Amino acid sequence: MAIARNKIKSLGAAQSPLLGAAMFSPAVLYILLLVGGPFLLAIFYAFSDARIGSTEMHFVGLENFRSILQSPSFRVAIRNSFIFTICSQIIVIVGANILAISLEKTFRGRGIIRFLILLPWVAPIALGAIGWKWILDSIYSVITWVLVAAHMYKPFSAPMWLGEPRLAIASVLLVHSWRLMPFSTVILLAGRTAIPKDIPEAAAVDGAGFWRTQLQIVIPMMRPIISVAVLFGLIFTFTDMTVVYILTAGGPFDSTQTLPSLAFALGIQGSDLAAGAAISLFLVPLLVILAYFMLRLAHRAEVT
Amino acid sequence: MAVVETRDLTKVFKEGQVGAVNNVNLETREGEFLVFLGPSGSGKTTLLRMVAGLETPTSGEILIGGQVVNDLSPRERRIAMVFQSYALYPHLSVYKNIAFPLKAQNVKKELHKEKVEWAASLLGIGALLDRKPRELSGGERQRVALARAIVREPAVFLLDEPLSNLDAKLRASAREELERFHRRVGTTTIYVTHDQVEAMAMGDRVMVLNKGVVRQIGTPTDVYDNPADTFVATFLGSPPMNLAEFGDLIVGFRPEHFRPVSTVIDAAVPFRFKVENIEYLGSEWIVSGTLAGGKLEGKKVFSRLSSAQNLQLGATYDFAVPQFHLKFFDRSSEKRAEPKAVSWQ
Repeated sequence: MAIARNKIKSLGAAQSPLLGAAMFSPAVLYILLLVGGPFLLAIFYAFSDARIGSTEMHFVGLENFRSILQSPSFRVAIRNSFIFTICSQIIVIVGANILAISLEKTFRGRGIIRFLILLPWVAPIALGAIGWKWILDSIYSVITWVLVAAHMYKPFSAPMWLGEPRLAIASVLLVHSWRLMPFSTVILLAGRTAIPKDIPEAAAVDGAGFWRTQLQIVIPMMRPIISVAVLFGLIFTFTDMTVVYILTAGGPFDSTQTLPSLAFALGIQGSDLAAGAAISLFLVPLLVILAYFMLRLAHRAEVT
Repeated sequence: MAVVETRDLTKVFKEGQVGAVNNVNLETREGEFLVFLGPSGSGKTTLLRMVAGLETPTSGEILIGGQVVNDLSPRERRIAMVFQSYALYPHLSVYKNIAFPLKAQNVKKELHKEKVEWAASLLGIGALLDRKPRELSGGERQRVALARAIVREPAVFLLDEPLSNLDAKLRASAREELERFHRRVGTTTIYVTHDQVEAMAMGDRVMVLNKGVVRQIGTPTDVYDNPADTFVATFLGSPPMNLAEFGDLIVGFRPEHFRPVSTVIDAAVPFRFKVENIEYLGSEWIVSGTLAGGKLEGKKVFSRLSSAQNLQLGATYDFAVPQFHLKFFDRSSEKRAEPKAVSWQ
């Protein structure tokens, strides 16, 4: 790494000090226009009474934040954002570990199974979410159909997967986990294969059984790579609104709203740009913390 | 009672292929240091891994302490193994590395500290207990691996080329340390190596393997002085034994027994020797050249001498091999044959 960097530096110095800046500028421009601009605009709107279709705009101070904090929907959205993000990560890490363990050994058809497991990640999220919407539909749900056919429920009294607050939250959570599972599995599988075969063998000779080897040797050794998977998963889930938007559109009664989906519902669909901007600003401190950890992780990976 | 015993042990990795280990029968003696010696691919590591329980035999039996252990997992075999890479747990301190087998075998927690400290002091690493493996030198890592193996007092030690990751200087001292260590703990040890010097120096007995077949088991003197076949004869010794085809026999003699005729007192077979190359190695000289005249005309041979200062390149000298140092092998089977009177001229 260091050698490569030195080489680039010396090349740039030899030709022109502007060359480096010129090569760098597309990235800077991209970030300024598509991230920096909207971000500043959001801060600006959050302190105003901007509305879609209105030509007037006034500075209102912290008024937007005050009203948001008092709104029950906002509190539900914050709670949901955390439930979805944290619970899905727990489910994903446990599930991905199990999948990675079972996919590590060679067996007939492993290639096809690996491919199938990766599919949810490759398919567009909107497509996957629409698939789940049908699977969980109030009338056409295959799950309900199976439960009725198995006489566990009577027709028409089966659970409404997306229609009851608790079930809807569980459903969204499930789809989030389903979506992230392949990504984490692939990362963990890579981490697992990177462990020299000698180490689990030494543990076996030392007298450790399967669980002890996994919990005390293999998984602790994979800690760096697991944190990569978790950090990416946290950010993907925390900022995602597609799954909620397609499955429940935040309903029933805003019970599955998350911060991004609520910001979208209020700001774009409800025309209250100022409220939407204020809500999305609440994402910032959390994402800054996550970004800090990601950078630290990336830095550590670079050093070692 | 034999500690480790194998009966017709065979391992075939892919059906239809030649086995990596073929019909190996061996029996270790209580407390002995047995060395598996062979070139890479000779099956010595596979054999060791089968004893450890890391590889399932295709056929045959493995017994430890008189009990068939084929179906027992490694943890149930009361063995300890040191891997070529040492396989220390990188995220655990030295103390926790050594304590791991105790934890895994549910030894009472109160005893851990005492046992770890005993093992660490035995190997002189008492001061390193708080370090992580990556903060240790190669030699220190090797000792930690040994301490981890000894800590639960196993019935058998299995060592898989434990010195091959050390540099040459360290290897000699580590070898000596291992020998002392073995004398002190007296645990039956199986040691795998491709290095004949290690095998000769450390082994109570040496088992020479080639292509998965046992060529010879014997003391270092046995395998060196009385090789069972031409493979053992040429694998041991540097330079290897001189071999010459002679009718339906192969005749062999060690380079150190091929000397100027004036220094040979016993009944000897004389040869004319044309010197072609001389190497000075400090304590000895390696002279190579060809035999001249007689039935072995043109045969390339080595001689190992304590002094070769008076030899000239390109000149021909009278050399001889004492009669009793000549070894005979059957030409078709390459196995050892009875000595015969042959006419050399």
